[in-house]
Amino acid sequence: MELENQKLELEDVVIIFSGDSGDGMQMTGTLFTDAAALFGNGVSTFPDYPSEVRAPHGTVAGVSGFQVHLANKKVNTPGDNCDTLIAMNPAALKANAKRLKKSATIICDADSFGEPDLKRAVFSTNDPFEELGIKDYNIIPAPVTSMTKEALKETGLDNKSITRCKNMFTLGICLYLYNRDLDYSEDYIIRKFGKNPGIANANILALKAGYNYAGNTHSFANTYNIAPAKLEKGTYRSINGNQATAWGLLAAAEKAGLPLFCGSYPITPATGILEELAKRKSLGVKTVQAEDEIAGICTSIGAAFAGNFAVTTTSGPGLSLKSEAMGLAVMTELPLVIVDVQRGGPSTGLPTKTEQSDLYQALWGRNGECPLIVIAASTPSNCFDYAFKAGKLSMEHMTPVLLLTDGFLANGSESWKVPAMSDYPDIVPPIVKEVPEGGYKPYVRNEDKLARNWAYPGMKGMEHRIGGLEKDFISGSASHDPLNHQRMTDVRAEKVRRVVDFIPEQTVEGAEEGELLVIGWGGTYGHLKSAVESLQADGKKISLCHFNYINPLPKNVGEILGRFKKIVVCELNMGQFANYLRMNYPEFDYLQYNKVQGLPFTVIELKDKFNEILEK
Amino acid sequence: MDTQLKPKYTPQDFKSELEIKWCPGCGDHGILNSVQKAMPEVAEQMGYSHEDFTIVSGIGCSSRFPYYMKTYGFHGIHGRASAIATGVKVANPKLSVWQITGDGDAMAIGGNHFIHAIRRNIDLNIILFNNEIYGLTKGQYSPTSKYGKVTKTSPFGTIEEPFNPGQLVIGSRGTFFARSLDVELNLTKECLVEGSKHHGTSVVEVLQNCVIFNDKTHIAITDKAERADRTIVLKHGERMIFGKEKNKGLILDGFELKVVTIGENGVKEEDILVHDAHEKNPIVHTMLVNMAYPEYPVALGVIREVKEGTYDARMVEQIEEASAESKIKTMDDLLNSGDTWEVK
Repeated sequence: MELENQKLELEDVVIIFSGDSGDGMQMTGTLFTDAAALFGNGVSTFPDYPSEVRAPHGTVAGVSGFQVHLANKKVNTPGDNCDTLIAMNPAALKANAKRLKKSATIICDADSFGEPDLKRAVFSTNDPFEELGIKDYNIIPAPVTSMTKEALKETGLDNKSITRCKNMFTLGICLYLYNRDLDYSEDYIIRKFGKNPGIANANILALKAGYNYAGNTHSFANTYNIAPAKLEKGTYRSINGNQATAWGLLAAAEKAGLPLFCGSYPITPATGILEELAKRKSLGVKTVQAEDEIAGICTSIGAAFAGNFAVTTTSGPGLSLKSEAMGLAVMTELPLVIVDVQRGGPSTGLPTKTEQSDLYQALWGRNGECPLIVIAASTPSNCFDYAFKAGKLSMEHMTPVLLLTDGFLANGSESWKVPAMSDYPDIVPPIVKEVPEGGYKPYVRNEDKLARNWAYPGMKGMEHRIGGLEKDFISGSASHDPLNHQRMTDVRAEKVRRVVDFIPEQTVEGAEEGELLVIGWGGTYGHLKSAVESLQADGKKISLCHFNYINPLPKNVGEILGRFKKIVVCELNMGQFANYLRMNYPEFDYLQYNKVQGLPFTVIELKDKFNEILEK
Repeated sequence: MDTQLKPKYTPQDFKSELEIKWCPGCGDHGILNSVQKAMPEVAEQMGYSHEDFTIVSGIGCSSRFPYYMKTYGFHGIHGRASAIATGVKVANPKLSVWQITGDGDAMAIGGNHFIHAIRRNIDLNIILFNNEIYGLTKGQYSPTSKYGKVTKTSPFGTIEEPFNPGQLVIGSRGTFFARSLDVELNLTKECLVEGSKHHGTSVVEVLQNCVIFNDKTHIAITDKAERADRTIVLKHGERMIFGKEKNKGLILDGFELKVVTIGENGVKEEDILVHDAHEKNPIVHTMLVNMAYPEYPVALGVIREVKEGTYDARMVEQIEEASAESKIKTMDDLLNSGDTWEVK
C-alpha cells in the first residue's frame, strides 16, 4: 500500500546543517536559505565554523555548522534550537546535541557512524544517541555517502570528487522534506561549476538522488510547508552583514561624489568587506590590501588627505594595531570610517566567534584625549544603513567614525527589501571650493558642526601642511602653546559632542514606561527583540531600548531611563556598555546580563532572565 | 605635453616662510636646498603644477621637512610615511608624491611599509636621510649604525650588523636606487630629478651628517680632499672610472668587482665596466651598492633604474577596464543585481 505523504503547515522552522569543515555545509545551508528566500520566506542565518580551515577530520573541533531560521513572517534571529539537524558525522551530532528541540528530526549519514568515526568524535560506546541522551527524537539514518557513490558511479569521476558531492545529496533530502523545488539549486550549481560541466552534472545528480531518496523511502512520514511571508511590496534580496557594510560604504561614496578608498588587511571575520569592495572596481573603488593593519589605516589616512572617502576594515586585534593611527586621524581631523567586526577576545581569542567586547577599545583605546564617533549596526541588513551613516557623519563632521559590527552580523544573512538610492540623503563634506580671502587655513571650522574646511592636494592655491603634532587653532601651524592645546582639545571633544544634534533621538520598543527596560546595543537586537516581544505578548510591562548611536549617546537617553522601575543591560561582554551608561547617567541602577561564550544570546535564556527580574 | 602653458617655478616657490629648526650645520639643510631646486625641474619635465606636489613624512629630524616646503604636506607618525604616501598616490595618481624618511623611520619601525611600497613599485619619490643615528631622541643607534658603534643605548658598542639601504631596496624588488651625499647638492638634485622621472618607487639615499650626535660619520667619503678617490659617481652608459686623476676604474674579476688603475698591469680604459642602470638582473647593482670604503669607492649617482609596471597605473587600468565592461555603473545597479525577488 502506498503511504499517503502528509504535508503539514508550519509557521517557522530552524534547521542546522552540520558536518566536517570540509563537508560543504556552508554551501548547503546557503543554497537552502537562498531557495527559501526566493520562495518568499523570512530568513535569518548563522554560520558557525571553526577557525582552522581544516581541523582534524571527524573531530568536534572541526565541526562546521550553518543554522537557518525560516518562517511565514519576518524573523529576527536564526533561532535558538533546531527542528531539523543534518549531522554528517558523530562529531556534528555531538556538537549540536544540546541544540535540539523536543522531537526534532535528526538526519545523519549512516555511512559515517562507524567505529573509527565514533572514536574520532570521542564516543566511548557504539551508540552515540544513547550516550548523548538523545531519546524520543525522529532519527533518520540515511546512507548518504554510499547512495551518493551509487548515484554517481557512471560519471567516471574519481572517488574523492564523488564523495564531495554528498552535501548535495543532503540538500536534496532537505528540499524534499520542506517541499521546495530543485530549480534554484540546479541553476546555482550550473553557474558555480559552469566551467566544469562534469562536476556540475555530478552535483545535480547527487541533488536529485537525495531528493528522490527522501521521496522513495518512507522515512519521512510528513513533509512541511512554510508559506511565504507577508512582506511589504518591493524587490528583495538576501544579504549578510559584511556585504551590507561594504555596500553602505559604497553608497556613502556615491552620495558624497567622492571615490571610495579602502586600505585593509585580511582578518576574520571582517575580510568579507574587503573582498566585496575589491569586486566593485566598476564603481571606481580602490582597494589596497596592505602589508599589515597599520598600513591599512595609514593608506586610508593618506587617501583621506588626498580627497577620497577613505575606510579601513578590521576586527579586534587589528583595531589594537590601528590605535596610534586613529589618533592621527583625530588630530588631522580627516574623515575616515573604521569598521570593527568584533570577535571573541582578548588577543587572538575566538577568531570565528561573535562577541561585543571591543566597546571600551572603540571608545577609549588611544593615547591622549582622543574622542571619535562610535556607532553600531544591529542587524545584518542595517549594516548598510549604519555604514552609510558612518560615512555621512565622518565626511560632514570631519572626524573618524568607528562602526562596530560583529561576527554574528557579518556572517548572518537575512532577506532585505532593496532600497533605492533616492531614499538616502546627500552627503555634503565641507570641501573648499575656492581659495578663501586671506588664504586657506586648514583648521578654520564651520559654526554648526565645528568641522574644519577640507582642501586636498591638486587644489590650486590651498597648499597646506597637517600632521600629528598639535596645531594652532587659527593658523594651523604646529604649536606647543599650552593654552592652544587646551583649546584644541576642547574643540575636538565639542565637535564630537555636537553630533548629538545630527542623530535621531533614542527610541523605545513597547510602552514608554513600565517595570523593566531591556537595554542592548549592536548585534544582539534580534534576540532581545524576540525575547521582549514574547514577554510583552504575555502581558509583561517590559520594553526594549536598543542603541545604535554610542558616542555621542542620543540626547533623550536620561529621560527614557527614568521611566522604568528596573533596567537590565544585556551584552556579549562583561558589562562595558552598562559601565558606560553608569558613567554618563550615574543616577540610575543597572542590572546586567552578560555572556562571553562566543555565541549569540538565546531567546530562551533572555526570557528566563527577564522573568526572574520581573518576579523579584 | 604642452609645457608652454605651465607656469614656470623657481626654488623660491617651494620655500615656506617657517623658520627652519634643524641644528646649524645639519646635513638636512643641504637636502632641503636640493629638493627646492629639483621641484621646478620636475614640474617642467613632468608637467606637474605646484599644487600637485605632496610631501609625506614620518617622525624624526628629517620628517619635519614638509613644514619647510610650500607644497601640500603631511607629517605622519613614526614609520608610516610609506603607507600614508601610498594612500595619497592611489587616491590621486596625478600627484607627484614625495616621501621624506630617515634610517630609523624607514628601516626600523617602518621597515615593513618601506619594503612593501618598493615591492609594489608605486610611483613615490622616497628620500632616505641616512645619518646612522637617532637624532631626534638624542643619540641612540639605528639600523644603519656600524657594528660596534658606541651610543647612549650601546655603551659597550652595538652587537648587530647594519642594513645597507641599497641592498634592502634591491632585495625588495626595487626599480630605482640612487645615492648621494648631503654636501653634493647638485648630485642630490640630479638624483631626485631622475627619481621623479622614473615610473615606480624611487629611493634616493642621501648620506647625511648629524652634527650633534654622529658628527663626521661619513667623513671618510665626504672629505673634500679625498672624495674623488673614495667615491664613484655612476652614470648610465659610461665607464666606471673615478679618482682625482680619472685613472681608477672597476672591473669584474670572477664574481667580484675589483678596483684597478688604468695603465697599470696592462689595464686599458676599454677594460673598465660600463654602467648599465637599466639591467634588470640585480647582481652587478647589488655589488655596486655594497661597495664600502676603504676596499672600494662608495657608489653614488643612479645605480639602478629599471622599467616595471607600477601599482598606481595598474590600479587605474583595472578600474577603467571594469568600468567599461561591467553593467554595474551605480549603486542602484548594484543593489538590484544578482538574485532578487519581487513581493507583490
